[in-house]
Amino acid sequence: MKLNRRLFMGGAAAGAAVATLAAPMAQASNHGKPKVVVIGGGAGGATAARYIAKDSKGEIDVTLIEPSRSYYTCFFSNLYIGGFRELNSIAHSYGTLAAEYGINVVHDWAVGIDRDARTVTLAGGAVLPYDRLILSPGIDFVDGAVDGWDVSHQNAMPHAYKAGSQSELLKAQIEAMPDGGTFAMIAPPNPFRCPPGPYERISMVAHVLKDRNPTAKIIIADPKEKFSKMALFQEGWADHYDGMIDWIGPEFGGGNVSVNPEAMTVTIDGEETKVDVCNVIPAMKAGRICEIAGVNDGNWAPVNPHTMQSRADENIHVLGDASHQGDMPKSGFAANSQAKVAAMAVRAALTGSKQFPAKFTNTCWSLIDTDDGVKVGASYEATDEKIAKVDGFISQTGEDAALRKTTYEESIGWYAGITADMFG
Amino acid sequence: MGWNRHIILGLVATLVWASPASSNELGDADKGVEVFDECASCHSVGQGAKNRVGPHLNGLFGRRAAGIEGFRYSAGLTRMGKDGLVWNFDLLDRYVENPKAFTSDTRMAYKGLKDAGQRADLLAYLRRFSDDPANIPEAAPTASGTDHSVDPTILAIQGDPDYGEYLSSECTSCHQLSGDNDGIPPIIGWPAEDFVVAMHAYKDKFRPHPVMQMMAGRLSNEEIAALAAYFAAAGS
Repeated sequence: MKLNRRLFMGGAAAGAAVATLAAPMAQASNHGKPKVVVIGGGAGGATAARYIAKDSKGEIDVTLIEPSRSYYTCFFSNLYIGGFRELNSIAHSYGTLAAEYGINVVHDWAVGIDRDARTVTLAGGAVLPYDRLILSPGIDFVDGAVDGWDVSHQNAMPHAYKAGSQSELLKAQIEAMPDGGTFAMIAPPNPFRCPPGPYERISMVAHVLKDRNPTAKIIIADPKEKFSKMALFQEGWADHYDGMIDWIGPEFGGGNVSVNPEAMTVTIDGEETKVDVCNVIPAMKAGRICEIAGVNDGNWAPVNPHTMQSRADENIHVLGDASHQGDMPKSGFAANSQAKVAAMAVRAALTGSKQFPAKFTNTCWSLIDTDDGVKVGASYEATDEKIAKVDGFISQTGEDAALRKTTYEESIGWYAGITADMFG
Repeated sequence: MGWNRHIILGLVATLVWASPASSNELGDADKGVEVFDECASCHSVGQGAKNRVGPHLNGLFGRRAAGIEGFRYSAGLTRMGKDGLVWNFDLLDRYVENPKAFTSDTRMAYKGLKDAGQRADLLAYLRRFSDDPANIPEAAPTASGTDHSVDPTILAIQGDPDYGEYLSSECTSCHQLSGDNDGIPPIIGWPAEDFVVAMHAYKDKFRPHPVMQMMAGRLSNEEIAALAAYFAAAGS
């Protein structure tokens, strides 16, 4: 959309008749191009920033705010723990987004949002105006979710649910376990990031221990009766790690848990156990900036499924784990898919580009042991009420080794594909 | 099931329409000998047949795709074999009709055999060298040599590449625009017609792969045409 003074005057004269054009034009008169600020440089935010910059061909100013200079993907961080990936293979920088797509990458924390003035305040003091704001902050943990644990204990009892140093720490602790030691996981309640994640992690921990420390034990305290790919994981655990893994569901007190990070004990349903490593994955909520923006309803930010716009503010879009959208799981693939829908809606609103019906997809691959990959996936559409599942599939129990190996190889291809789609 | 007379009549009509002109639904194996001449420069079949440029074709029916140990197959066929594809009449018929549409990176340098009757003859001949001919049902319609080409009116749809570009963002979560192949095959620069035929093969669920069957299953004819137009142009 080419704005010039005459058009602006004309618009002003026509008044209410062109009210829909008023927002971008008001900004355009101040600063030239419409401005999009994206908070969070993960699967949702990086994808949204890249697609808006790429497809608007310079018509929109895009700023991406992300504290980390190196982003470690949560997906495939379990494979790092299992020894199937190097840590640097899941690290990504923002250089391409800045250099090839012209995105203004700012490494800082967003600490304030003024929805009336449409500005974002950074920890460093800068105030950035926006026409559209995209929030893709991922998750934070619910305070007090696991009795005895808070983030100040994340060294003694790591969550490793934001990848990077936490993943390194957990891996080192697993490798340093004494012979015949005990690894405990406190699994989170629904909804949480990456539904198969805790169980793929258990598989990877078992893979490491089977090799280095075969008499070690793994216990999982789980408040959920069922979990993602449950039959596939249970079959795989019996096949590969027989007798090593003890899953304690809610029937046996898996939801009644406290931990003591100083004493390194876990108490499940009143029974205290001394453990060597404890991976606490607490209940989750939308990243803190959503609370600051006032777009949450409870722990998550409800969105309009057609555009990923916040139900609380049409100038704000919320992507990925932080959003409350309906049937999609909280996954990197889902955030990437939602980001493309949001990018299209933002461009349509700010430059008048074509808008097509929203479509979403997700597939989650998990690795159970060497060359034993499984997957689950679905396609989705937007209804007025929610993002609704259309069709889906899941790997079957009893599949032959060749198919499982292909599935694993496919996941490696997917990782290369989606990270290129995110970071350029 | 809710069968009613209209549906039954409709099915009968379809079966009749789908039958080829050939008097023998399986094709004429003796005529197939001549058709096989085209294949014989690369494939051998019968007593003492060996792998040459292409694999030998003894026991072809009921064999897993890429099923001969030690033969160097394309990644695409190898993958289909692992996904569980076992050759039967219908699948061979589709493969011979348009090899590249069936598996895009096939090493079989053969443009395809459009004539359904000739394909039926060829397969009837090859069937003689398979242990278990039960793999070719005698009854219509699977043995009928039906022409599997996508309806010409579908192939004629001019895709909108702009729409294709938008839709392609669903593909690029897995398929890399750089054309790299790390376990997921590249699709960039694929000829539009092959793309359309392949996507309809997934949509009809005869190309095996659950993700692709799901993705293709929800695409309309226009959307497939749009994607084909975009990916064909994106490679040039």
